[in-house]
Amino acid sequence: MRDVVITGVGLVSSAGEGLEAHLTALAGGAPNTDTASFEPFPVHPAVPLEWDRQIPKKSDQRQMEPWQKLGCYAAGLALDSAGAKEDAALKGRMQLIVSAGGGERDYAVDGQILTGLRQADNPGVFLNERLMGDLRPTLFLAQLSNLLAGNISIVHGVTGASRTFMGEESSGVDAIRIARERIASGQDDIFLVGGSYNAERPDVLLIYEMGGFLWKKPYAPVWERSADGGGMILGSGGCFLVLESREHAASRGAKPLAAIAGVASDRSRRRPGSVEGALHGLSRQLGAKPDVVLSGATGIKGITDEERAALKDIAPGAGVHATGDLVGHTMEAQAPIGVALAAGLIARGGPSEALVTSIGHWRGEGAIRLTKA
Amino acid sequence: MALRDKQGRPLVAVTGMGVVTSLGQGKGDTWAALTAGQSGIRRIERFPTEGLRTTIAGTIDSVDVEPFCAPMLSERLAMLAAEEAVGQSGLASSDFPGALFIAVPPVEMEWPQREALAKASGQEGDVTYKDLLKAAASGEFKPWHDLFIFGTVADRVADRFGTRGSPISLSTACSSGATAIQLGVEAIRRGEMEAALCIGTDGSVNPESLIRFSLLSALSTQNDNPEGASKPFSKNRDGFVMGEGGAALVLEDAEKAKARGAKILGYVLGCGEKGDGFHRTRSSPDGMPAITAIRQALEDAGLAPDDIDYVNAHGTSTPENDKMEAMSCTAVFGERMASVPISSNKSMIGHTLTAAGAVEAVMSLMTIGTGRIAPTINYQVPDPAIPLDVVPNVARDAQVNYVLSNSFGFGGQNTCLVFGAEPK
Repeated sequence: MRDVVITGVGLVSSAGEGLEAHLTALAGGAPNTDTASFEPFPVHPAVPLEWDRQIPKKSDQRQMEPWQKLGCYAAGLALDSAGAKEDAALKGRMQLIVSAGGGERDYAVDGQILTGLRQADNPGVFLNERLMGDLRPTLFLAQLSNLLAGNISIVHGVTGASRTFMGEESSGVDAIRIARERIASGQDDIFLVGGSYNAERPDVLLIYEMGGFLWKKPYAPVWERSADGGGMILGSGGCFLVLESREHAASRGAKPLAAIAGVASDRSRRRPGSVEGALHGLSRQLGAKPDVVLSGATGIKGITDEERAALKDIAPGAGVHATGDLVGHTMEAQAPIGVALAAGLIARGGPSEALVTSIGHWRGEGAIRLTKA
Repeated sequence: MALRDKQGRPLVAVTGMGVVTSLGQGKGDTWAALTAGQSGIRRIERFPTEGLRTTIAGTIDSVDVEPFCAPMLSERLAMLAAEEAVGQSGLASSDFPGALFIAVPPVEMEWPQREALAKASGQEGDVTYKDLLKAAASGEFKPWHDLFIFGTVADRVADRFGTRGSPISLSTACSSGATAIQLGVEAIRRGEMEAALCIGTDGSVNPESLIRFSLLSALSTQNDNPEGASKPFSKNRDGFVMGEGGAALVLEDAEKAKARGAKILGYVLGCGEKGDGFHRTRSSPDGMPAITAIRQALEDAGLAPDDIDYVNAHGTSTPENDKMEAMSCTAVFGERMASVPISSNKSMIGHTLTAAGAVEAVMSLMTIGTGRIAPTINYQVPDPAIPLDVVPNVARDAQVNYVLSNSFGFGGQNTCLVFGAEPK
């Protein structure tokens, strides 16, 4: 089996743009939170970005909604950081796995239709007419899950082949897991892997509010929310990683930030204690002895407390950072962001081993072990 | 003898298959109808179609779910197909010895649910998402969170069949079903598991999904004769017809399958894929990505173009796809392509979108197993630009050992699979 290393990181979120900005923010300070736009729901808003810097064509920008633009931008940063951006041949054989949900809706149109449906003589016909008349034809392409990958292929020329994984937090872990396995087994040499999330959307807030998962008070650290009922604060951001075999990186003179020593994921039947047990199992499977933990904890009562208890056993004495306290909960992008931060810390010469955890808000448990390259 | 391919990887056998389409439930019914040249396309009865440009689809109306919505129907179709497939394989029906790879349509809350939330909000003036959010806070709608997130169909199927590990839900648009199979093949070849349950499912004929495709001018508008609307490779083709379907394949390490005495239905010999960065909905004019995907699949299978006996086409009936697919096949197969049978199941069941790659994989293996090629129906006006043997209108008997199955999708997705009766 071949070693798999990380040679590029692209990261944007409420904490800024680029790995350095995030490592600086990780060292301390209050996160960037918007409490007004979706009151009573706080969100961690993406910092304003100069889209032109990674998505040069306005025509491409117009075809995308924010979740795709965030992802496309982060993918460009990752290619830059890996020294791959200008190598068309390399990008032509680079494989792509994206973890994604779906895209934005036209909120004004939805509201107008719901208002009109109430009075409509024939609601079904009214719905047809309004959707036919009011939906922008290209909005569909900004909604389709696999069109983040499609846009990355178009904008950045990454055209080995793309696959899009769905399924909330788990999709982020499994995207990294499958990419690593394909490199380790010798099937492929180099991957671009990651995801993005736009939290500044009433439709996603709606889904999680229906489930009762959202924190509706001013920001509090994820570990401290349980006492007050618990809940997650969604965050906007995007993160992509360039993964390749150690040999492949060396052959093109790319400097690895860290190695991905293992990725484990599973799906416990959630009941009290199952998350704690699952984390112990994943950690054993990975042989983890981390100096630092990047936790994807949501702040949801119960599972967050179980994770904290498990980490006390798994990583006694290790520093534990909750990525939720830096960027919020970015759903499909949460695991990639944890890996990016862990790689950055290791590359700086701090810890020699890191563990990234991803306990899904509703299902799915995953962990990723990183070591010095 | 170790059952390995020329590259030393475990051979991947198919030991169970299940399918449900607008033509019937079960591969027997569907195959009988397909080889009889029957169409499952009909007028949409499920919702009012006044005001729509397209009013036909290959809906599955015999399956009832509550509440009726795309994720519930997609889940049910996946379950039906998987019950048939796992049942045929003879593997444990609730302790499947491998992982689940499932292609699911992107889901989101639908209009009946939005309307219920709007009503519950009590807002009598202009409704906004603020009102929906207010209604959501009641907790009364909690089950809809689970219903409309992306991982739920996979989670329920994984529960039902006891698959191992984290199930993977995926989308590569209209090639998703093929990608699910590819992921299973790769996992078995890497030696991570002995078996994989690979599913494609799509039950998303609802007003908004239909309208979205309609607004992109992707759908046939020849509503007068629903059964005649899907006309792959014909000169008068004018778009695809949406269809619903589910298909499941049990893949196994061939050595393990033989050791337990399982009946082997065929092999997945090769997979190929290639991205296309040309355009969001159109393919590179030179066809190179599709050509590369086909060549990779053949190479991965250890076959030469001349070995392929039949091509199960993507064949959507859109002007663009059929022209590009014909061109790409001709580029790979050369002059011989004029006499290689190529037919489109979509002429009868429509485009089952997320499920299509898996549905057509089952049909490719049925072709091998029965020695019969399903036709391309509605082929009345040949397109001189596509001088191929599309198996027009009537099924044909033939010895078929190796099949190429093509799947292409929006977003530059090109995935090709090669199936065989036996490895070469």
